[in-house]
Amino acid sequence: MQWEIVIGLEVHAQLSTQSKIFSGSSTAYGAAPNTQANVIDLALPGVLPVLNKGAVERAIKLGLSVGAKINSPSIFARKNYFYPDLPKGYQISQYELPVVQGGNIQIQVDGTEKNVRLTRAHLEEDAGKSLHEDFHGMSGIDLNRAGTPLLEIVSEPDMRSSAEAVTYAKTLHALVRWIGICDGNMQEGSFRCDANVSVRPRGTEKLGTRCEIKNLNSFRFLEKAIDYEARRQIEILEDGGSIRQETRLYDANKDETRTMRTKEDANDYRYFPDPDLLPLEIPQSWIDQIKQTLPELPQARRDRYVSAFALSAYDASVLTSSREMADYFDATLKQLPAQAKLCANWIMGEISGQLNKEGIEMTACPITPAQLAALLTRISDGTISGKAAKTVFESMWNGELDKNVDAIIAAKGLKQISDDSAIEKLVDQVLAANAQQVADYRNGKEKAFNSLIGQIMKATQGKANPAQVNAILKKKLDG
Amino acid sequence: MFNASLKQLSLQLAEKKISSTELTTEFLNRIKALNPEYNAFITVNEEISLAQAQAADKILASGQAGQLTGIPIAQKDIFCTKGWLTTCGSKMLSNFVSPYDAGVIERFNQAGAVNIGKTNMDEFAMGSSNETSFYGLVKNPWDVTAVPGGSSGGAACAVAARLAPAATGTDTGGSIRQPAALCGISGIKPTYGLVSRYGMIAFASSLDQGGPMAKSAEDLALLLNVMVGFDPRDSTSLQRDTEDYARDLQKPLTGLRIGLPKEYFAKGMSKDVESAIEKALDEYRKLGAETVEGSRPNAPLAIPVYYVLAPAEASSNLSRFDGVRYGHRAKSYSDLADMYRKSRAEGFGAEVKRRILIGTYVLSHGYYDAYYIKAQKLRRLIAQDFAEAYKQCDIIMGPTTPTVAFNLGEKKAVIQSRCIYRTFIPARLI
Repeated sequence: MQWEIVIGLEVHAQLSTQSKIFSGSSTAYGAAPNTQANVIDLALPGVLPVLNKGAVERAIKLGLSVGAKINSPSIFARKNYFYPDLPKGYQISQYELPVVQGGNIQIQVDGTEKNVRLTRAHLEEDAGKSLHEDFHGMSGIDLNRAGTPLLEIVSEPDMRSSAEAVTYAKTLHALVRWIGICDGNMQEGSFRCDANVSVRPRGTEKLGTRCEIKNLNSFRFLEKAIDYEARRQIEILEDGGSIRQETRLYDANKDETRTMRTKEDANDYRYFPDPDLLPLEIPQSWIDQIKQTLPELPQARRDRYVSAFALSAYDASVLTSSREMADYFDATLKQLPAQAKLCANWIMGEISGQLNKEGIEMTACPITPAQLAALLTRISDGTISGKAAKTVFESMWNGELDKNVDAIIAAKGLKQISDDSAIEKLVDQVLAANAQQVADYRNGKEKAFNSLIGQIMKATQGKANPAQVNAILKKKLDG
Repeated sequence: MFNASLKQLSLQLAEKKISSTELTTEFLNRIKALNPEYNAFITVNEEISLAQAQAADKILASGQAGQLTGIPIAQKDIFCTKGWLTTCGSKMLSNFVSPYDAGVIERFNQAGAVNIGKTNMDEFAMGSSNETSFYGLVKNPWDVTAVPGGSSGGAACAVAARLAPAATGTDTGGSIRQPAALCGISGIKPTYGLVSRYGMIAFASSLDQGGPMAKSAEDLALLLNVMVGFDPRDSTSLQRDTEDYARDLQKPLTGLRIGLPKEYFAKGMSKDVESAIEKALDEYRKLGAETVEGSRPNAPLAIPVYYVLAPAEASSNLSRFDGVRYGHRAKSYSDLADMYRKSRAEGFGAEVKRRILIGTYVLSHGYYDAYYIKAQKLRRLIAQDFAEAYKQCDIIMGPTTPTVAFNLGEKKAVIQSRCIYRTFIPARLI
């Protein structure tokens, strides 16, 4: 039987506010345990939550970016359960009326566009951390993270492969960073995925029983966990078994998912509206104001790159994979308006490659767009060859000669020979010294042509303009 | 001096006829002598109280004093008070010294008032006889075999026995008004949102409201002037212009329309309560008020609605008392679940457990719509009743309780205490 995999994702994006969602404590990562937990985060008797406006603003930004409805009012609800890292004994979340409802995200998989529908996005607070190791047989509780604002973004079960799920997650990851609501740092847990996976016979409508895989904190784990889980479910069904609805954990070391809890022992969370917080009313004027501050969104920019600069869909999508890269591209192109493809190639090639190699962000790139444009100008005006440009690029990256392109070209003697008469003279010399190959070429041996080019380039230490050499040589031999 | 009004005390302090230190010492001595009998206070801290009195005396000397500067006030042990044991009448918090001040405490501190001690109360404000306190029952000073009412029973007793000139209380379903009535003092539950709930240990958040308890309406007005004010730390706090609650104390009653819903005068009211109410109404009529008979048909619904909503909120509010970060933790336990179970089983009394169970039940899957949602809808109807009634009258009057103080240990209290709420619960649900 042919099986179809059905996937929906729940993403927890940590919102980039300075302080927590219901208290004034700092949200900075990595502080000593419990140094960023005030009386509210500790849930002392009598304390009350006050909503952080910045968290709401970020939720609205996401809603506007995905074409969703902003609910007003939306309601904060209490999700009741006991755990030591949940100080109040309940998590403040949103249940029946989330702040963001609906919306769509376009993804590109293997060159085709696909739409993933969003169900909702709601605001909630994070729990603290339980540390079960190295505490002399006791558990440690760190409440620094307790109360950190999260936006839980829930998709419809619209994805049909792990590749689609990963692409969706990456697109959403890029979007939340693009609009500046989440730093997207997956190691620090700023962007966490839960995947709902089920399978069904291809061609059928009815959804299979799903399992939820919790806390996938890298795209690679997301992909592997889904693949494993789909395989597991298909095997059970093919052996005549049935799937039990449950929550599972992915073990990256063993590359498998394991039961965490079944539906039977699921908590009854006893959701009810939090009486400490009033219904959240969002005036249209505030939404309009936030709309004004939204940057051009990745999809719009991607479309613009294709239509205005004739870039390929692939190039446009790579360049818009982060706002920093797209901005870098725009800034470079501004200096060199007619050379979109050249700019794109260098940013996607040399710049990205070097950044990856050194593991640094675009914002920390040692070469500015203006400096890159200066380099590319020297390629397009024929001063240096593409090959020489890579040498110059390396020098610039290393900070040599104040990253001055012309100074580096001069110092390294990389200037291209573009003078026709000089090249002609060289060509004549090489032809005279290689009479056999000239004869071979004229007898139909095409290969001899390349060999001659090689000789000429060698004679000029690669500095001759290859296009000119090519043209002149052809004229001499054929003419 | 123990019978002096707040205004009189304020004058005497201003005119240096007495110092705050002297006044505070007098009341501390009275507490020392009488509290062993009444058990109105859980914590008294002479050192802190006298230090506050000395500070108040400096303010009085500098001429910067306000109306409550230097006056001792008894604080209900539900208000978190920095450096003071704050127990909420529970074993669960019997070791909890608050590291911060409630909004109400801050306001009294800013006014230069002296904290004379923390008053006894029903555990987590759940009760109407002050018999559920971990710290023992409180006696009614008019008749030590009778209850003082609750949950602010310690506060009512303290004022009635003149152990403090005035006190704070909190009211969820009558916890200020009923003990005030049973102890023969005055108490008011302010409109929800006027008094900050920050630092006031929550019972049922949508109903809880702090308020004053004192010997007269005038005293209540002066206390309200200090207690009422917007607090940005409480999202349900009201932002209103400051008003002087004493401004209309001398206003004649001429033309005042007093609404008398027939549901408030139902059968079961004792004769002495009925005659006292009638006498009061006659007096008001003589003073120029008119009485308007009316009906609030949904009033009887208030009790069942209250007994769904308050426990629902309480069951969630009391989840934080888990023995993990503060409060009572069982001495030995086998694992996490066992620690929760034992700590909460040992830390909470029977009435609190009962309400947590009810609240958990009405919020649970499959019952939520039938109980919680239904109760919220009825709450809306009750509120509409009030809106209707206020078209015909300016104020609504009725007996606070259908009987006078019942006896301590009357076992039917559990049942009866549910009937007692007839009048004042409706006013809380709007």
